[in-house]
Amino acid sequence: MGLRRFVLKRVLLTVPILFGVSVITFVLVNVAPGDPVDVIVAFNPDIGPAEKAQMREYYGLDQPVWAQYLRWVGNLLQGDLGEAITRNRSVNAIFMSRLPETIVLGLFGWAFAIIIAIPTGIYAAVRKDEMGDHVSRIIALSGISIPNFWLGLMLILFGALTFNLWPVLPPRKPLLHPDTLWFLLLPGITIGTASASTMMRIMRSSMAEEINKEYVTAARAKGLPERTVILKHVLRNSLISVTTVAAFLTAGIVSGSVVVEVVFSWPGLGREFVQALNARETNLILAITLFTGVALVIANLLADIVYALLDPRIRYG
Amino acid sequence: MALLEVEDLTVNFYTEEGVVTAADEVSYRVERGEKFGIVGESGAGKSVTSMSLMRLIEDPGRIESGEIRFKGEDILEMSETEVRELRGNEIAMIFQDAQTALNPVFTVGEQISEAIRHNLGYDDDKARERTIRLLDEVGIPEAEARYSDYPHEFSGGMQQRAVIAMALSCDPDLLIADEPTTALDVTIEAKILDQIEELAEEFDTAIQLITHDLGVIAKVCDRVMVMYAGKPVEKAAAEELFYDPKHPYTVGLMSSIPRIGDTRDRLQTIPGTMPDLVDVPTGCSFHPRCPYAEAACTRKEPKPVDPDTGMDATGTDADRAAACLAYTGDLAGELDYTVEVQGEDPRLQLGDHRE
Amino acid sequence: MSTQRGRIQISGFDTERVTEREPLSAWSEASRGTTQSRWQRAWGRFRRNRVAMIGIWTVAFMVVVTVFARPVTVAGVTIQPISLAPYDPSTILYLDPAADAGRFDPPSLTNPMGTDANGRDLLSRVMVGGRASISIGFVVVFITASFGLVYGAIAGYYGGWVDEIMMRFVDTVFAFPALVLALVIVAILGGGYWQLVAAFAFPGWATYARLIRGEILSVKQNQYVTAARALGARDRSIIFKHVVPNAVAPLIVQASLSIGTVVIGVAALGFLGLGFPPGTPEWGTMLDQTRQTLIQGPGGSIPWWATVFPGGAIFLFVMAMNMIGDGVNDALDAQQVGEAPQGGGE
Repeated sequence: MGLRRFVLKRVLLTVPILFGVSVITFVLVNVAPGDPVDVIVAFNPDIGPAEKAQMREYYGLDQPVWAQYLRWVGNLLQGDLGEAITRNRSVNAIFMSRLPETIVLGLFGWAFAIIIAIPTGIYAAVRKDEMGDHVSRIIALSGISIPNFWLGLMLILFGALTFNLWPVLPPRKPLLHPDTLWFLLLPGITIGTASASTMMRIMRSSMAEEINKEYVTAARAKGLPERTVILKHVLRNSLISVTTVAAFLTAGIVSGSVVVEVVFSWPGLGREFVQALNARETNLILAITLFTGVALVIANLLADIVYALLDPRIRYG
Repeated sequence: MALLEVEDLTVNFYTEEGVVTAADEVSYRVERGEKFGIVGESGAGKSVTSMSLMRLIEDPGRIESGEIRFKGEDILEMSETEVRELRGNEIAMIFQDAQTALNPVFTVGEQISEAIRHNLGYDDDKARERTIRLLDEVGIPEAEARYSDYPHEFSGGMQQRAVIAMALSCDPDLLIADEPTTALDVTIEAKILDQIEELAEEFDTAIQLITHDLGVIAKVCDRVMVMYAGKPVEKAAAEELFYDPKHPYTVGLMSSIPRIGDTRDRLQTIPGTMPDLVDVPTGCSFHPRCPYAEAACTRKEPKPVDPDTGMDATGTDADRAAACLAYTGDLAGELDYTVEVQGEDPRLQLGDHRE
Repeated sequence: MSTQRGRIQISGFDTERVTEREPLSAWSEASRGTTQSRWQRAWGRFRRNRVAMIGIWTVAFMVVVTVFARPVTVAGVTIQPISLAPYDPSTILYLDPAADAGRFDPPSLTNPMGTDANGRDLLSRVMVGGRASISIGFVVVFITASFGLVYGAIAGYYGGWVDEIMMRFVDTVFAFPALVLALVIVAILGGGYWQLVAAFAFPGWATYARLIRGEILSVKQNQYVTAARALGARDRSIIFKHVVPNAVAPLIVQASLSIGTVVIGVAALGFLGLGFPPGTPEWGTMLDQTRQTLIQGPGGSIPWWATVFPGGAIFLFVMAMNMIGDGVNDALDAQQVGEAPQGGGE
């Protein structure tokens, strides 16, 4: 089976999962007592019961849940995420203005994680049970254990308040402005630390496992320098197992962005999400929750494909 | 000067359960172009001995003492770079299990030609050409097309051939073959052994063949060393070993080979199993399984001696040696076994090459 | 071209002499060491792991401090009267003329961790502040591990379409980041102790279910399960008597590593202002208040203590928990270093 068919098959397999994701999201958000109309009414005591009913009818909130779901999915498939009732703006507009901010932050966190994790993981595996390994193990354990919001606060405390390297509130610059990179640094490190630590540990253990395999001895017996043995033979194999967990790390980046955006006042989807949760802005909550689900499904799909490309034994079955 | 001289090689493994002496004062030599066999059960120290030749013993193992002289130079004294120049180039290894010895994520061709590029300094095209020729020579059909196949696309026999091609790729002077055919079925085994022999002859390569199978020894080797629990217990020319075995363990191994036309009721195997090397019996480590053992065997450790004269035969030069108290006059009884030779044996045919 | 060679026949190698004689020496094949059970060996290894033991003592210390910081009252009955904390965590000290304290007082002898924005004693708040997060961590892991165990065992054991449907659901739960689901659930149910338990339990069980199912699938191949079935044992008894005990080691590893994750999650929700009412002495919620002061700048000096201590407490606990988890993982891991070489390495 060719790669194209393999990808197609995997994409088709995600359809039932995406369906499940949309159902769970919708049910969760809609079992909540109260709806946006209640929120609006709370701010507007003049609105009478008749007008409330009228508003509910207008937004389709008087329909049974399954009908509301069908309507929502129908709109969704046409690219319409509905309206943010309390904000009087379409969810699409809010979503599209926030998405790039979050993607840039997430990718930066990812890049940070990979740049840190791969070399230190290799180092720790090669130096297994030596001093360097123990030290990096403790650092990685700390990186996993440190709450990201606290790490962010500490970075602000030292980076911005104590050493004045950054302004406390970064000035708004267009995303592609060179200065953005500088302001991305603290939130990027904050979001990437846990992933970097997890990935480093996985890198180390898979590398340490591969190093004991016979093909490594065989490569050494061929007279290849240790560098080639590690960086060519061992690395390629351990990257395969790292890929399988990369998708899982994406979940950490996505949920990390919620917290980190709040800490650093980063105007992305995560901060929008927390505001939407506080305001019970159903359509916006739905859209962002669904987006996180879709993002993870896509990450899994990509990991599967990269895995298949890296490992010739997978016959795209 | 012999091609390889191993003298008093001792290798220890420092495990959680204690220190394991995997190779205990092992001495032997391999001449140029010679086929030398090391035989014994799993865990007897055969592989450890071979890995030491390339200095590829890994943690928690350590080469404790001894000398390994290759063309007169002690490998154990060399720098890492010097050893690396030997590996693959002058000493090469055929691994026991080709499936695990090949890296699953690189093509078979690449894995052979990288050694050629590195050791012989060939460029990509020339290395590829040489690899294809080698693959063809070891009997892989359509070598050019199979060059870019991955290991899992090869059958077990073909993988083994590829590993042989890899070992021969840089014309080594010494080829270490560690159970090269154990993972294969009998018909392929015979073919592969023939091939190793032919190729070794063609390239004038000496072979150190490691096996647990006396039949393989009989087919291929000129001289043999039998190992038990990390120690060499008998050394002899192949023919001598079969017609006139001197150590009870060798005798036991030979009597446990099943033969066509065997008249005995049941196969005689050596009772018990080889001891765990963490806890080796005192005296002669074979005594708990030896029918001729006496109280003396539990106290005194036998040293390799010439079985005819009883003179010390521990050194590399000794061609005939057996480590049994029977030859030093410490045994009250005698080794009352007999070796009979009847007709022609279809299985145990000694090779023709000595004629 | 083979010359005339004979069949070699050995006689006189009489193995019965070995089997029938008295052993010559004390050595015997089974003489070495008593065979410990897997769990005994794991426990021994765990005890020798210094990092893990530091973790155990740290966690024990923090749990004790949290429990005894203030009296515990259940349904009007005081079940724990000891009070280690110097102040009531919600007493606003500057309103009390007896206490010489103001807002954002730096650490001093009377207030070793300083005071917070409302002039409350931070040490007392940090001591009490672990109650919710730590206990939720344990409760959630207990609930999710038990449920996941049963769920995964059923899916793995029955296989077929039962497995297919059950695991599709697990896949779907896995398609969300746990924190996002927890946020949505808390937003719906409102904050509070059991709401937070529900918020983390809902996404949490899926990991265990997947893990146990995988283990069951591999254990199922084993002969003794087939044998038990052949003997007519009932399905349920097979699962719980034979399969589960074997699959439980990875479950324990996962559980010990999950507690820290849940504690961070609870604190994160508190930090986002969704976990508990503002002012609650809870590690994450305490940071929620300092966030504003930190970013807006409190005019002049920075009350670093208000950020450093509550967050440091979370970090310390989670770190200790992960040290334990790592130790458990190492102790229960089947493949250990130093086991491999039996001499020949064949």
